[in-house]
Amino acid sequence: MALKRQHLIDPEVCIRCNTCEETCPIDAVTHNEDNYVVDPDICNYCMDCISPCPTGAIDSWRMVKAAYGIEEQFEWDELPEEAEYTDEELAEASGDAANDAGGVRSGSDPDEVDEILQRARAGQGGKAVPPPSAAHPYINVYTRDAPAVARVVGNYRITESQAGSDIHHVVLDFGSQAFPVLEGQSIGIIPPGEDARGRPHHVRLYSVASPRDGERPNHNNVALTVKREITEADGQRFPGVASNYICDLQKGDEVKVTGPFGNTFLMPNHPEANIIMVCTGTGSAPFRAMTERRRRRMADAPGKLMLFFGARTPQELPYFGPLRKLPERFIDINLAFSRVPEQPREYVQDRMRLRSTDVAALLPDENTYLYICGLKGMEDGVKEALEAICSEHGLDWTVLASTMRESGRFHVETY
Amino acid sequence: MQQINYDELIPNNVNLSGDRRLQRALEKWHPGYIDWWMSMGPDGFQASQVYLRTAVSVDPKGWANFGFVKMPDYRWGIFLAPAEEGRTVGFGRHKGEPAWQEVPGEYRAPLRRLISIQGDTEPASVEQQRHLGKTAPSLYDMRNLFQVNVEEGRHLWAMVYLLHAYFGRDGREEAEALLQRRSGDEDKPRVLGAFNEDTPHWLAFFMFTFFTDRDGKFQLESLAQSGFDPLSRTCRFMLTEEAHHMFVGESGVMRVVQRTVDAMNEAGITDPHDVNRIREMGVIDLPTIQKYMNFHFSVSADLFGSEMSTNAANAYTMGLKGRYKEEKIDDDHQLHDSVYPVLKLVDGEFRWVEEPALNALNARLRDDYVKDCAAGVKRWNKVIEKAGIEFTLEIPHIAFNRQMGQFSDVHATPKGDILDDAAWEQRKDEWLPSSDDETYVHSLMKAVTEPGEYAGWIAAPKVAIDSKPGDFEFVRIAS
Repeated sequence: MALKRQHLIDPEVCIRCNTCEETCPIDAVTHNEDNYVVDPDICNYCMDCISPCPTGAIDSWRMVKAAYGIEEQFEWDELPEEAEYTDEELAEASGDAANDAGGVRSGSDPDEVDEILQRARAGQGGKAVPPPSAAHPYINVYTRDAPAVARVVGNYRITESQAGSDIHHVVLDFGSQAFPVLEGQSIGIIPPGEDARGRPHHVRLYSVASPRDGERPNHNNVALTVKREITEADGQRFPGVASNYICDLQKGDEVKVTGPFGNTFLMPNHPEANIIMVCTGTGSAPFRAMTERRRRRMADAPGKLMLFFGARTPQELPYFGPLRKLPERFIDINLAFSRVPEQPREYVQDRMRLRSTDVAALLPDENTYLYICGLKGMEDGVKEALEAICSEHGLDWTVLASTMRESGRFHVETY
Repeated sequence: MQQINYDELIPNNVNLSGDRRLQRALEKWHPGYIDWWMSMGPDGFQASQVYLRTAVSVDPKGWANFGFVKMPDYRWGIFLAPAEEGRTVGFGRHKGEPAWQEVPGEYRAPLRRLISIQGDTEPASVEQQRHLGKTAPSLYDMRNLFQVNVEEGRHLWAMVYLLHAYFGRDGREEAEALLQRRSGDEDKPRVLGAFNEDTPHWLAFFMFTFFTDRDGKFQLESLAQSGFDPLSRTCRFMLTEEAHHMFVGESGVMRVVQRTVDAMNEAGITDPHDVNRIREMGVIDLPTIQKYMNFHFSVSADLFGSEMSTNAANAYTMGLKGRYKEEKIDDDHQLHDSVYPVLKLVDGEFRWVEEPALNALNARLRDDYVKDCAAGVKRWNKVIEKAGIEFTLEIPHIAFNRQMGQFSDVHATPKGDILDDAAWEQRKDEWLPSSDDETYVHSLMKAVTEPGEYAGWIAAPKVAIDSKPGDFEFVRIAS
C-alpha cells in the first residue's frame, strides 16, 4: 500500500485554543474534551492553520499506510511513534520533493517545479538539507491554479547599455497578499498565453534577489534579477519567452506568481555563520538577498561573508556599482572577468585558487556554508578548484562535500 | 511636524491612511503611547533585538511574521477580522437585525464602558510584568514574555482604535485615560483588582497567563459576539493572539512541573510532600505549585464580577455582549424564561439554585472558564502521572479566597469546607503562598541568558517557537 503523509496535531503541545478550528476554511479540524484533531478525510493540506497556531502543535506529520481516524486521535496522550519505512516506500510517497519539509501545500505545480530544482541541484551530489539555523520556509503557497497576482513597481536595466547582456532588476509588489519568501528561495512566473502547440507555458523559476522583509524593508515586495535570453540558431534569433516577457514588463503590469519554492538552499541565520558564495551572472540573485539580509540585520556579525563573482566584463556584472560600496570588513569580494580586452581571461575558480589559504581555512569550520549558483558551465571549474584547494591543505573535497551537504552546509543551484 | 506614513508605521486593514479624522486622533495619541511603552514597558530591554511575531494582515499567512525587532520599533497594527457578509445580531432584543456598523446612539455609554474596561487590562499586564525580563529562565522564555507584552500593547491599540473611530471626543478622552492609569498606583489604579496585583516572578507570570489571561479570552469571546460589528471583528482577531498567551502559561507551568518530577525521580524522592529535600535540588515542589494555582485561580475568578448581575443582563439584552460560543448554544438567544443553575451558599451549605438565566450570565461565563482551566490542569497532571509520582493538582473550590460575588464574605478551604475567620487566619498558609514560599521562589529567579540553556527549576520546551532550534538566540540582549 502506498504511503501517505498525514497531518496531525501533537496533543502534548496543543493547548486547545481553537485557533486552528476557527481558521480551517473547510472544517477539517474538530475536537472533543481532550484533543484537537485533523480529519484525514477532509484536510486538503491548504496549510492555512499552520502559521496561526501559537504552539507549533499543528505542524505535526506522520508517514502512514492507513490514516489515523479522528476517534483514534481523540484518545491520544501523545503522537504515535514514527514508523520506519524502506527507501522504496518513501520514494514512492514523496512524489514531490517539496513534501519533505513541514509547512507545505500540495497541488498540481510541484512536479514541474521539482523537476527544475532537481536538475539545478544535480551538481551538489546528493540530497541537501537546509542549514539548521535557517528560518522555516513556506513553499508552494501559491499554485498555478491559485497564483498570487503581483504588480510591477520597478523594472530597469542594470547592465550598461553597450554591454552584451541585458539584465534587468524587477521589483514585484504583492499588495495585501502574504508572500512569505526567504533568501535563496525561488518564485515561479508563468508567462501569459500559450505555446506553439496551444498549451499553457511552463513555469520559470527565478531566485529572489531581495531579503525576506522586502526589497524595501518591511514592504511586501521582492526583487528579481532577470537576463534577457536570446538564442541564435541557423542565423535566426529566438527570444526566450519568459525572460523577454519579464524584461519588457511595464510599471503597473500584473504578473501571475507561484511559489515560493525551495526548502534547502537557504541561508543560516546565526551570526557566527561564514557564508562563501560563488556565482556567475544572474546567479548572484540569492547572494544579493543573503548579503542584504546580513547587512540589515547583523552587519557586525562575527561570521565572514566571502563572495566570488564572475562576469564577462565589469559592465555586465549585475549590481557592480552597489557591490563596490560594501565595506571590506563586512564582505570579502572577489570579482573575476573573462572578457576584458587585453587582459587574461579570469574565471571564478581562478579567483578561488588565489584565495586558497583563506578558503581552506573556512571550509572545515562547522560554521561555514558554501553556495554555488549560476550557469551549469561553472560547476566543473569550481569543483576542480575546490579539490585543488583542499588537497593543498590536507583536506579531501569529496569527503568534505558530503559532510557539508549532510549538515546543510553545501548547496548548488546551476542552470 | 514630521509627516508619518501611518500605513507603514501601523499595519492595518481599516484604511487608516484614507481616514483623516482618525489619523489626526491617532497622531495625537501615538507619541503618548510610545512614552508609556518606554517608561512602563519591559525594563532594561528596549534596545534588545527580540525575535517577535508581527501581524501584517489578517489572513492566515499574513499575521504571523517572525523576525528580529527592537520592541519600541514593533509595528503595532490595527486589524479587524474579515467582515462576515450579512452578519446579524445573534442574541438579545435585536436578534436577527443586521449587525451595527456604527454605534447605536442609545447604547453609546454602555458600549464605551465595555471597551474601556477591556482596554484597561491590556496595558495593565504590561506594567505588571515589566521587571520580569531581568530574571528570565531562558532567552526563549524572555522572548515569550516580550511577545505577550507587545501583543497586549497591540490589544490596547485595538481598543483605542474603536474609541477613536466610533466614540468622538468621549472616546479620545477614554483613550487618553488608558495611558494615565497605572497598575498598583494608589491614586490612579487600573480598573480591575487582579490587574493591580504584582507579578513578582516567573511562576506568578505563568500562572497569570494561564488563569488571568484566560479570563481575557472569555471576555473577548463574549465581546466577539457583539452586535456592534467593529467590536466583534476586533475581538475575533485579538483572540488569535490571546491563544499565544494561554500557551505561554500552560506550557510554562507544565515545564515547571516536568522539571520538578524529573528532579524527584533523579534523586529517588517519591513523596511529593518531602518539601525540604525537593527544594534542596532547586526545583519548585508540587504543593507549592498548587498554592500558586489556588491564588491565581481565585483572583482571576473575581474578574467575572458578581454571579448575578443586571449589568450583564442589560448588555446581553442590548446585544452588546453575548455568551461564550453563543452561536453553538441551542436556545432562543433571548433568555426570556430560561433558568441557569448557580452555586450558592444556602443555610451554610453549597447548593445549586436555579436562577433566571439572564441574570446569571456572569456565573455562566465563569463556569465555562473553569471548564477550560480544568482541561489545562489535566495536561499538567499527565506529566506527574507519567513520571510515576502520586500527586494531583486541582482547581480550588469556587468559594475559596474570593473577594467578589456571593462568596466574598465567607471563608472556604480549597475543597469547599466552610471555615470561621479564626480558622482561616490560622490555616490560610496551607493553601496560599506564604512569605516563606515567596522567598523560596524568589531565590530561584536568576536570569539565564546563554542560548539554549534553561534555569534549573524549569524544563526546556518540547518545541521552540517558529520551528526554531532550542539554542536559537531568541533575544539579542546587547544589540
